[in-house]
This record gives sequence, C-alpha cells and structure tokens, in this order.
Amino acid sequence: MSAVVAGARTIAADIAAGRVSATEMCRDALDRISRLNPSLNAFNFVSAERALDRAAEIDRRRASGAALGPLAGVPLAVKDNLCVRGMRTTASSRILDTFVPPYDATVVARLEQAGAVIVGKTNCDEFAMGSSNENSAFGPVRNPWAGDRTPGGSSGGSAAAVAAACVPLALGSDTGGSIRQPASFCGVTGLKPTYGRVSRYGLLAFASSLDQIGPIARNVGDAALALQVLAGPDPMDSTAAREAVPDFAASLDGDARGVRIGVPRAFVSDGVDASVLAAFDAALLVLRATGATLIDIDLPHAKYAIPVYYLVCTAEASSNLARYDGVKYGYRSPAPTTLKEMYSKTRDEGFGPEVKRRIMLGTYVLSAGYYDAFYLKAQQVRTLLRQDYDRAFEAVDIVAMPTSPTPPFRLGEKTDDPLQMYLADIFTVSVNLAGLPGISVPCGFVDAPRAGATDRLPIGVQFVGKMFDEATILRVADAFERATDWSRQTPSLRA
Amino acid sequence: MSTPLTIADVERIATLAHLELTDQEKQVFTKQLADILAYAEQLQAIDTTGVAATAHVNAHEAERDDQPRPSLPVAEALRNAPDCDAGAGLFRVPRVIG
Repeated sequence: MSAVVAGARTIAADIAAGRVSATEMCRDALDRISRLNPSLNAFNFVSAERALDRAAEIDRRRASGAALGPLAGVPLAVKDNLCVRGMRTTASSRILDTFVPPYDATVVARLEQAGAVIVGKTNCDEFAMGSSNENSAFGPVRNPWAGDRTPGGSSGGSAAAVAAACVPLALGSDTGGSIRQPASFCGVTGLKPTYGRVSRYGLLAFASSLDQIGPIARNVGDAALALQVLAGPDPMDSTAAREAVPDFAASLDGDARGVRIGVPRAFVSDGVDASVLAAFDAALLVLRATGATLIDIDLPHAKYAIPVYYLVCTAEASSNLARYDGVKYGYRSPAPTTLKEMYSKTRDEGFGPEVKRRIMLGTYVLSAGYYDAFYLKAQQVRTLLRQDYDRAFEAVDIVAMPTSPTPPFRLGEKTDDPLQMYLADIFTVSVNLAGLPGISVPCGFVDAPRAGATDRLPIGVQFVGKMFDEATILRVADAFERATDWSRQTPSLRA
Repeated sequence: MSTPLTIADVERIATLAHLELTDQEKQVFTKQLADILAYAEQLQAIDTTGVAATAHVNAHEAERDDQPRPSLPVAEALRNAPDCDAGAGLFRVPRVIG
C-alpha cells in the first residue's frame, strides 16, 4: 500500500531506478484490487493478463536500456466511459453491456505511450449521469472512508480506487463536477482541465459542450504530470484546442505568493454544511499564510447554475444518446416485430431510470413550443454566468469555493428525489458552463458517528482558474498541499 | 410554461425519444419532470433581452483541410452489431416495410 500512497511520480522513479519492477507494482495493484473490490465495487472489470503483459514489456524496455516514459509502470484505472481497444467498455449501462471498442480514446493512447499500465475499468454513474455513483448497472460504489456513504459521482469508482490506494492514478470525466466532487468525497485530488485542453475522442459523449477528461491522483504534482501527458491538440477532436501547453510542473514552486484569490461570499453561504464552511474558511487562512491575497467577489448568476446546467446537459444528452438504438452495438431487445418497436424496447430495457429521465427532460426542452422558454433561455443565462467569471477575473487570478456543499452523503439518501441530488452540484456545474479549469484538493475531515464507530468524512476545496490557466490553480493547490497534511491521510480499510 | 406537465405530455416526449415507458415510469416521470421544470422556472425572472446564447465555449478555429485517411474497416465496425450480414457488410434490423 505504501508505494501507491506515495504517488505516480514516486512509483515511476522507483521503477526507472530499478528499486522495484513494473511487474511487482502491477501485481501489488492487482492483489489489492482483488482484496478490496468485493466491498468497494470500484472496478467494473480488471484486465490482469493485459496489465501484466504491459508491465513485463516496461521491465524489458528498462533492462534493454531503452528510454522510459514519465509514467512507465504506473498502474492506472480508467473510467468505464472511455474506450480502450479490445477491452469491454460499458459506461455502466446495460445498453452497452457487450461493447468492445475497436479503437483507443486519445487519452488512453497518450497515457499508455507514457508507460502507464491500465489495470481495469472503473465503475461510474450510467453514462456519467449522477452525483453518487448509484446510477450504475453494476451497483453503487462504496466510499473507502465510510462504507455506508457514496464516493460521489459520476467518477466514483476512479476516486474510490485512488483513495483506497488500489492505483495511484485514475482517469475520470467531468461534465458538471464528476471528477472534482468524487475526489472531494474520497479525500483525493481531482482536476478538470479547461474545456478543449484534453481531447474527448473515445469518450462516450454525455454533453459535448461540457464534457472534459481529467486525472484523479494522490497529489497535485501527479495531477500536473498527468495533465502534461493528456493535454494538447488532436486531429480526431476538432474541439481539442491548439493552445500551447506549458510545463505544468514548473509552476509548482511551493507557495502562492502574489496570487489574488476571489471568494464568492454571497454564493458560498446558503445551504452549505457547517463542517464544509469551517474547513473552507480554515483553508483560506492557510492560503493567505502561503502568500495569497483574499478578495471578495460576486458571481450574481452563479445561483442559477443548477437549472441552466440541467437544461443544457439534458438537451445535449438526449441528442448524444440517440445513437443507442440496438443497431450498431450493445444490447438489443429480443424479438421485436418492427424497427420502431426495436428502438423503443431496446432503449427502455437498456437504459436505467436517471438516463431515461434526462433523455425525457432534454427531449422536452428541445421540443417545439418549449425551446425558447427553456433551452434558449438557459443558453442566454449561460452567457451571463460566463460574464460573471470574466468580470471576476479582472480583479483576481483564481476563484476558491467548496467543491461540494456537504460531506459525502449516505447511499440511498437522495435517490428518490432527483432534484435534491442535482442541488448537490451547486459549486461545480458553473465551472463547466463557463469552460474553466477546476481542481479539488482535500481540506479537512468531519467526524460522523456510525453504530459504535466514528467515520472520518473527507471535505474538499476547489480552485477555479481562467481558461487555459491550469498552471495557477495547480500552483495554489500544490502550495496548499505542502502547507497541510490532508492529502496524506488514508482510510483504514480491512483487506 | 406554467401549464402543468401531464401524462399525455410524457407519452408524447417518450415517443419522440423512442422510449417505450411502462405505466409506472410514466407516473413517476410526470411528477419528477414537473418538479424539475418548476425549479427551472426561476430563470424566467432574469432579463436576457439582447443576450447572445452560449452553445459552446470553444472560441478556437476548429476547421482543417479535408484529407482522406484510412477509417475503421467494415468488418471491425460490424463486430459489435447485435445482428449483421458480415459478408454483405450490412447491419440487419427488423423489416421496415410490410
């Protein structure tokens, strides 16, 4: 376990120096997964044989003196909505239960090129739609810190796998908080890059104007290295930006001197759990001590981010998910008599309730008579929200907010009331709507009594940057991590 | 806008979305979608006169020249199909016309 806790860069350095082999690292990761996954349910599939073959290849390369990539031999988990050639990819949906992609997602190809060894595919909310990982055909993931609570979603399996030290690094996707919120709930670091920073080729699309892929890691330096590998233009994704990719590691200089941090006080007040507010305020004091200046800002339209988000993302989802019709891949309803019946039965039997709900809502807001009132209106308020951030960034370099208004909640607590579940995303969705980069890092714990024991529930703080300025949020997150020890805490797991 | 969502509305949307819902799903969705839409009503209070819509935040030039490149072979593309005629290179679906 200790090797994984130290993180991806340490593992890669140990392998490069011959202190441990890639094969040993891979076996350790696979052993830990096989011991912990029955209780965590973080992995949908494990690909032991393929992983050991790749690890052996890294060891051979090292023995022959060949150059090794920056992640050579690092065990990696990949969210199950990202295509890996020849490896089953389901998005945790029955409708894709048999799908084996004929190509690699660009992010997968780049990480493997850098030497990372994929050990398996992680559980998630179906098609990344959810905030608790309970909308999965494979069942919910359990939070490594508290088994009766959610790990967050939708990249719950990736966050739980990193928190439980099964792997030091995992890929997630973030449409409205799906990397940052589970990272916060599991006490690890999660980075959502700027929209367009990372290619989406090979990501099963949910909402194309919001989706972005990013790393979940044990520390900020590892997240920076992963972004270095992932970032950059891609001929297979026209929305992957041609923006220059800076040396992210170079920005991690250990302090936050001169950084102006905006705090949207009015926004961060109502409905926020007292433990989250206390941890957030304490984090701000730490940042001030590391040289940052705190400035109150106003994001007047941020309070509308939830309705805007759920109108925009469902509209896009209803269009994107039209492709799942039982013709080209995945599940098909048995013995339909007509083509139309095949479509509608396949989709009713193949999709889970939350996915159907979002397709229905999205279809409704795009339908004749409702488009202007809902979809167009939401897109206009999206513009106002972006302008709020633009104005704020005239006076500050980054914005700080809690990642989630509450610590991890109980499994089943919000499943009967979709609107309550949606409200949990209040601090993350505006960042996607504006296309900005955001990072969540651990900033404290709150005790929660449970049947004679006490669970420690992680709390996260989020830093939001200007478009394509991941460097500054990484620098501040790194300075915060060095000044505190929240990121080095580990859950006690019986394995 | 303020007309409440009915089961008939839900049935109409389900048809548009090619979803064959059970009666119970229709009941549940009617209530849940009505709740969500009522919550979204708060946007109507915002003055958006003359505000441009944001469909996409990407301000970058995304065009490139068309260049022919190899694409997925037909056999590979058919490999995941629930039903196909691999020899003819076709997906197979139920009869469309009598």
